[in-house]
Amino acid sequence: MAKSFSVIIAGYGGQGALFTGKVIAYAGLIDGREVSWFPSYGPEMRGGTVNCGVQFDDEPIGSPVVTRPDVLIAMNEPSLTKFIDQVIPGGKVILDSTLIKAEAGRDDIEVFPVPASQLSNDEGLEGIANIIMLGKMLKETGFTTFQTIEEAVRKSVPERKIHLFEHNIRAIKLGMSL
Amino acid sequence: MDQRVLMKGNEAIAEAVIQAGCLHFFGYPITPQNEINAYMSKRLPRLGGTYLQAESEIAAVNMLYGAAAAGIRAVTSSSSPGISLKTEGISYMCGADLPGLIINVQRGGPGLGTIQPSQADYFQATKAPGHGDLKILVYAPNTVQEMVDVVFTAFDLSDKYRVPAMLLADGILGQMMEPVQFPDQKPDIPAKPWATNGTKGERAPNIINSLYLVATELEDKVRERFVRYGEIEANHSQAENYLTDDADVLLVAYGASSRVAKRAINAARNQGIKAGMLRPVTLWPFPKKQLEAAAKNAASILTVEMSMGQMVEDVRLALPDRKVQFYGRTGGVIPTPEEILEQIKALGGGVK
Amino acid sequence: MAVVYEKTTGLTDRPLHYCPGCTHGTIHKIVAEAVVELGLQEKTAAVAPVGCSVLAYNYFNMDAVQAAHGRAPAVATGIKRALPDNIVFTYQGDGDLAAIGTAEIVHAASRGENITVIFVNNAIYGMTGGQMAPTTMPGQVTQTSPYGRDTGAAGYPMRVCELLSTLDGVAFAERVAVDTVPNIRKAKKAILKAFQNQVDKKGFSIVEILSTCPTNWGLTPVESLGYLKEKLMPYYPLGVYKDAEKGVRV
Repeated sequence: MAKSFSVIIAGYGGQGALFTGKVIAYAGLIDGREVSWFPSYGPEMRGGTVNCGVQFDDEPIGSPVVTRPDVLIAMNEPSLTKFIDQVIPGGKVILDSTLIKAEAGRDDIEVFPVPASQLSNDEGLEGIANIIMLGKMLKETGFTTFQTIEEAVRKSVPERKIHLFEHNIRAIKLGMSL
Repeated sequence: MDQRVLMKGNEAIAEAVIQAGCLHFFGYPITPQNEINAYMSKRLPRLGGTYLQAESEIAAVNMLYGAAAAGIRAVTSSSSPGISLKTEGISYMCGADLPGLIINVQRGGPGLGTIQPSQADYFQATKAPGHGDLKILVYAPNTVQEMVDVVFTAFDLSDKYRVPAMLLADGILGQMMEPVQFPDQKPDIPAKPWATNGTKGERAPNIINSLYLVATELEDKVRERFVRYGEIEANHSQAENYLTDDADVLLVAYGASSRVAKRAINAARNQGIKAGMLRPVTLWPFPKKQLEAAAKNAASILTVEMSMGQMVEDVRLALPDRKVQFYGRTGGVIPTPEEILEQIKALGGGVK
Repeated sequence: MAVVYEKTTGLTDRPLHYCPGCTHGTIHKIVAEAVVELGLQEKTAAVAPVGCSVLAYNYFNMDAVQAAHGRAPAVATGIKRALPDNIVFTYQGDGDLAAIGTAEIVHAASRGENITVIFVNNAIYGMTGGQMAPTTMPGQVTQTSPYGRDTGAAGYPMRVCELLSTLDGVAFAERVAVDTVPNIRKAKKAILKAFQNQVDKKGFSIVEILSTCPTNWGLTPVESLGYLKEKLMPYYPLGVYKDAEKGVRV
């Protein structure tokens, strides 16, 4: 894996973009890497879309703002439009094809459409399409191991919601199978 | 196993404040520090403390003044425009020798400016956080972990010297999540025999006051305070030396911009340029001695800030015989490592 | 010989700096007596304002904190929240409370902050030399209303008790005067109640006291008492404006 690794996760408020980023960041922490997580904030959030950037590195991270991501997880169309041009050549895009009909419009990156919202409804995983996409990202990038992600989910899910842990793991596995 | 947790900078500050034995928070909403208020409003009432959303930053800082007078650890938090309003209370706290913590999660200015991160409040924090002859302790951490660490030191020294302390962060440090571990440390709060917590019939009344109608009395009081400032300057400046031992190009940067500068230094080293950095952790007291030592063998000196150049004036004052270059971005723009590397390269062949 | 009257221990022996005929001295005395009579002296902090009574911290024989101009209710809030079982009162003039400190007094009242506020209304800025205050009467001549307060340009006097009594957080609001002995007795009764309310944790209590300023009014002390009665009282009627206990709300 590359020395540094960065991801942007973006979607509507409530789709779990920030949580997905937190799970990814925890994976980096568990793997012993330098990590940072940085959200959109202020009026940028008022438009209904949220995003965060996560970075891993072997040396201390400078600015936590991700401007050239290796990977983009786009959960809705505005997010794809906003960030697609920032993805580095050779980078990867995971998008929710249930909600996004537009084309990525680039041939120097790999695009992985996942009908995540549809699948989450069909498979009894309502509300965690984001985690299905995370599973797909894990499969396509190998940025960490399944064991690490499992532990990262455990750390990210608040105590009072721990009953949702198994749900999340099933969503990861589903994403990895696609 | 790694015991660290991921936490937003603002929430980490709030938790550190609580762990430092401060259960009274007085604030007013302003971006990018709102997570501090939110965290405090959730935790403090359940700990028997006070979360009070004041009617203004002015009221909030004066509540801090009152709580500090009563002898407890207390805190207020804001961002740049709100800190301007708090300068009244900070000056009164200095004039009345009251300890307390003021958090500034900086954003760009002047005016309403921007909510993006900035370091343009250096002058305000270090030179004139209020009217009059005064100083406050100013801590400028550059990681979420260090924000936690300095909260404890800031409270301790503020109590010890009866001088208010400021934690000067910015939108980057406040908003970002990084791994953090809280020190396994119980707060050690000194007795405050001067507090206005009731005479209990055991002592003469205490008066907390900053008014001296006789000029010579005020002069004596200010001079006494400056003796304490001198002790702080002699004993409590803090800085990090990063690859300064053999540095030809010495960068001076603090807070968020020092993170980016470190990346640029590593890149320069990979290209054979011996770059290093002196990073002030305390902005007042400014780490003059550490800077002098670090600059001794450096051929060139470059100060990097997210402002039009404020700390650079202190760098020049500390190194009067040296040419000190400056590179900055302002208005909420964060410099890139590449931009800074270009500056380092331009100086890399420079002579002393 | 039997002692029938003694100076209260609630005041220090420092000579007051107030002008001849000024009623601050009387008000200090009855406030200090109230604190002592309720047995609160050892756990009370006075919060002094900016204005003529800025030096009140030298006169009240108890802990005291001097506050920035208008901020006394915020400072008192900080003390009270830190030490909820202690007693805190602010002592504020009309410029301090009704001009620069309007936000602080309104919000302390609105929060139902369990403090006692002694509001001295003499319709003028005294310490700075007699400028127009928010409570200056229409037509009243001051240094900064040399032709008399022109309500067209300077607006109207502010009735603080009436204003605050609309707030649910206020437990008690009464306007009194210290121009006659019976009125001084009534004023002390109101002050006692305002402190007792705090002891009983009933919330925000304010006593507005109509006071004189012979120096800046340009009147003799006796004339000043007449001015208070004839000019101020009709505009600022005495009485209880809010007593949550009795359901009084004017």
